[in-house]
Amino acid sequence: MAARDFFKDIRLEKRYFRTRIYLVALLVLLCILILALRLFYLQVSSHDHYATLSQENRMKIVPVPPTRGLVYDRNMNLLAANKPSYQIRVTPVEVDDMEQVISQLGQLIDLEEHHLKKFYGDLKRKQSFESITLKVNLSEEEVARFSVNRHRFPGIEITAHASRYYPMAGVNAHALGYVGRINADEMQKLDRKDYSGTTYIGKVGVEKFYEQALHGTVGYQHIEINAQGRRLRVLGSIPPEPGQDVMLTLDAQLQEVALQALGERKGSVVAMEPETGEILAFVSTPTYDPNQFVSGISSKQYAQLRDDPDQPLFNRALSGLYPPGSTIKPMVALAGLHYGVTRADETMWAGPFYQLPGSQHKYRDWKKEGHGRVDMPKAIVQSSDVYFYTLAYKLGIDRIAEFLAQFNFGSRTGLDTWGEAKGILPSQEWKRKAHGQPWYPGETVITGIGQGYLLTTPLQLALATSVLATRGQGAQPKFLRKFLPASRPSEDGNDKNQVPVPHSVDIADSIYWDQIVEAMEDSVHEPNGTAYAMGKDAGYRIAGKTGTAQVFSLKKDGEYREYVEEEIDEKLRDHALFIAFAPADKPKIAIAVVVENGGGGGTAAAPVAKAVLDHYLLGNEYAQQDAS
Amino acid sequence: MPHDFYWQTHSMATLSPITKHPARPLLNLDPILMGGLIILCGAGLAVLYSAADHDVGVVLHQSVHFVIGFLVLLFLAQIPSKQLFKWSPWLYLGGLTLLVMVLFVGYSGKGAQRWLDLGVIRFQPSELMKILLPMMIAWYLSDKHVPPSLRYIVVALLMIAAPVWLIFLQPDLGTAVLVLSLGFFVIFLAGITWRLLAVSGGLILASVPVFWFYLRDYQQQRIITLLNPESDPLGAGYHIIQSKIALGSGGLYGKGWLNGTQSQLDFLPERSTDFVFAVFGEEFGFLGTVLLLFVYGFVVMRGLSIASYAEDTYSRLLAGSLSLSFFVYFVVNIGMVSGLLPIVGVPLPLISYGGTSMVTILAAFGILMSIHSSQNMFTS
Repeated sequence: MAARDFFKDIRLEKRYFRTRIYLVALLVLLCILILALRLFYLQVSSHDHYATLSQENRMKIVPVPPTRGLVYDRNMNLLAANKPSYQIRVTPVEVDDMEQVISQLGQLIDLEEHHLKKFYGDLKRKQSFESITLKVNLSEEEVARFSVNRHRFPGIEITAHASRYYPMAGVNAHALGYVGRINADEMQKLDRKDYSGTTYIGKVGVEKFYEQALHGTVGYQHIEINAQGRRLRVLGSIPPEPGQDVMLTLDAQLQEVALQALGERKGSVVAMEPETGEILAFVSTPTYDPNQFVSGISSKQYAQLRDDPDQPLFNRALSGLYPPGSTIKPMVALAGLHYGVTRADETMWAGPFYQLPGSQHKYRDWKKEGHGRVDMPKAIVQSSDVYFYTLAYKLGIDRIAEFLAQFNFGSRTGLDTWGEAKGILPSQEWKRKAHGQPWYPGETVITGIGQGYLLTTPLQLALATSVLATRGQGAQPKFLRKFLPASRPSEDGNDKNQVPVPHSVDIADSIYWDQIVEAMEDSVHEPNGTAYAMGKDAGYRIAGKTGTAQVFSLKKDGEYREYVEEEIDEKLRDHALFIAFAPADKPKIAIAVVVENGGGGGTAAAPVAKAVLDHYLLGNEYAQQDAS
Repeated sequence: MPHDFYWQTHSMATLSPITKHPARPLLNLDPILMGGLIILCGAGLAVLYSAADHDVGVVLHQSVHFVIGFLVLLFLAQIPSKQLFKWSPWLYLGGLTLLVMVLFVGYSGKGAQRWLDLGVIRFQPSELMKILLPMMIAWYLSDKHVPPSLRYIVVALLMIAAPVWLIFLQPDLGTAVLVLSLGFFVIFLAGITWRLLAVSGGLILASVPVFWFYLRDYQQQRIITLLNPESDPLGAGYHIIQSKIALGSGGLYGKGWLNGTQSQLDFLPERSTDFVFAVFGEEFGFLGTVLLLFVYGFVVMRGLSIASYAEDTYSRLLAGSLSLSFFVYFVVNIGMVSGLLPIVGVPLPLISYGGTSMVTILAAFGILMSIHSSQNMFTS
């Protein structure tokens, strides 16, 4: 080693070292100062910024859906309820081997292919920490089986939700409608905030019309989550405001009676309280079970309903268009009296057919030999076609249209639901607009017996009957009786607040009402009346009118053709109609019945009406005795 | 042998009758330094309990590390620095051998091969280098004239380069940088001239691009992420963003022990190891972090003071560089957790969970204690 190293100066070295140590100590202090400044910047200067970020990290605001309002009938029978339904949900990030776990789950829970298909679709779309619904509406048994084995399935949980339930299944389907999953279109129109926690929305019927009141207001929960998005605890909440309960005007028992009376046949019954417009019964057959829409109907099931030739989804009472047939006759007779075209006691010869002046075409009566000499009451009682051919021709189409418009034909009744059809009330102007053709006198003739272009819904017929029953007053039909328990001031429609929309009919002399109503009573209670079969045992007075609508006129061009009944198959057979109100002197109920392809109104439709009237006016007991 | 001769000279110097500290401390332990270490370890256990989701097992485990480390410290404190001086080259060669072994038979984890399994324990030889390299360089430069000439410095640099390169190959960027800086500290303390320092500094800066080329993808990513953490908020930037949120949301007073939402709710990754400082900062606030910095600074200053009072060159260099090693540890860790430095995987000394670093650090302090007690014995 070099001698220089051996003789190194220890003192110099120490001084050197001290200096270096001081420098290093300075460096240490400097670094600590820099760190302290940095920490000051982060923890003091930028504290608010980072505190916010930290809150956003751990807090999540989760919407809490409100409980949907319940729906009752007028006697507080539950029509639409909420029941707990169980879903099984999977959080993918917590599941190691998805295929295997799902197949193990399949041993506990009945998983069908469409469940799996939807699940694997969601799995691809969603983020791994978002939980995915595997199956909804688990049975109690499935819930129990899973709960026992829960420890085997990390990342899989069963959650409870309130789901809509219709205890009476199909009985009220066409009035009540149903709820279903919110689709993309509906999402566009909704208040997204208010619906942020809601899965279901009213799709049709009352459920749709009163959606806003039934839905309620969304609530929120502030929850603490961890980095995986798992909920840890609730930090605070704004409770949701539940939807309002609704009492409908419907009478659930009456619904059942009407449904039973229609039986297997296609048709509809609309019954209402004439004074108030409250719909008591609103039935369209065949019906369907709205419960199957709630949990998401499978496309196969839906196709089955949609393609059913009997069209159970079609609301016949609301949107079915039928020629009113002879049920229009009392109104046409009133028009004749009002315009002074005829008097009630004025008689005429009603032979087997009617011919327009200068025409060879024969408009036949339904009765081959005709009715002989008839006055207006007799023409109504026996439903003489020739009498009304003549009267209609004398009135002319525009006067008929003008008068019938007062009974709300050709326009919507304004019932609180969706999808009501307007029907057609033809006039010269209407034909020019709709078909670009002039009106032919022959078309006036058949309008007199409710055929041709004239089309009405059963609801319109029921309203027109109400107008007759109240002698020109009537009220706007409605489903809503009241909101329960108390109406919010902003809500529309409480039975006490709502002023019935008057259908006041302008008529020259009020005695005409009595003449027509008496004739309608006779058609039920006089032996030669078309509905005598129904009226002979009735314990109360009914004013009614039968009708038979020819199916050919249901064709789009609405053209009337004659046919011979025996030659055509059942589908093209006449529709049976019946309108009535009772008790005749103090009407409590007005009803319109349509039985598709039922044949004659007196034999097919009147007994249905009788069952409903009996039940409503005489009560359950009597109706049962009567049936046995 | 020149070294033996040097020791004789040294002994003569110690015969000086002036004594400032007449008593030798109990078990050669410096109570001041020991106090600082115990405060840090205590704080570490407390934070760890919070960071590890209130898992007493983790805390007990760390306590075991602490006890082992303390025993090592106690043992080393009894060994005179003269002995360490003699063993230095052999220990260094042994350390290098272990590093080579790691590359061939090492146990890998997280994409890097750092561990050596000795049957009973698994440890990282690179940690040993944090003590062995300063010992070696101090040994080598202790008999050189001050300031050391370029020739010696080049030799010293080669001695540094060997382990640094081996550690870099594992790859363990953080430890490599740390060991490298320790080597430099010894050279600096040994009295390198400013001119040479500037030249070598320049050389290092010039080598950065070359160095960059050799970095693994994830290491490059970490540096890129440091510059712009928001560029990859769910990937590489996630650590920095979340740790900044933890620190920042702690505020002046902190959210309180066990109440840090960032850490308790899993947002903060690696919160019981490299990012434990963020938990500390979130729960104890700016006041807590500044206090912690103060304790760290205090411990380093005490170490430097021991170095400056050490009698022989070897002890001085070793004590100084070991103190600075501790300094680099906490500055780099806090720097990276607060977003000033790239995430290089350096634990927070005495607080982060982990046995090897705990034992290594306490071992270094054992050597400092020994040097301190020798100074007491032969006080100048």
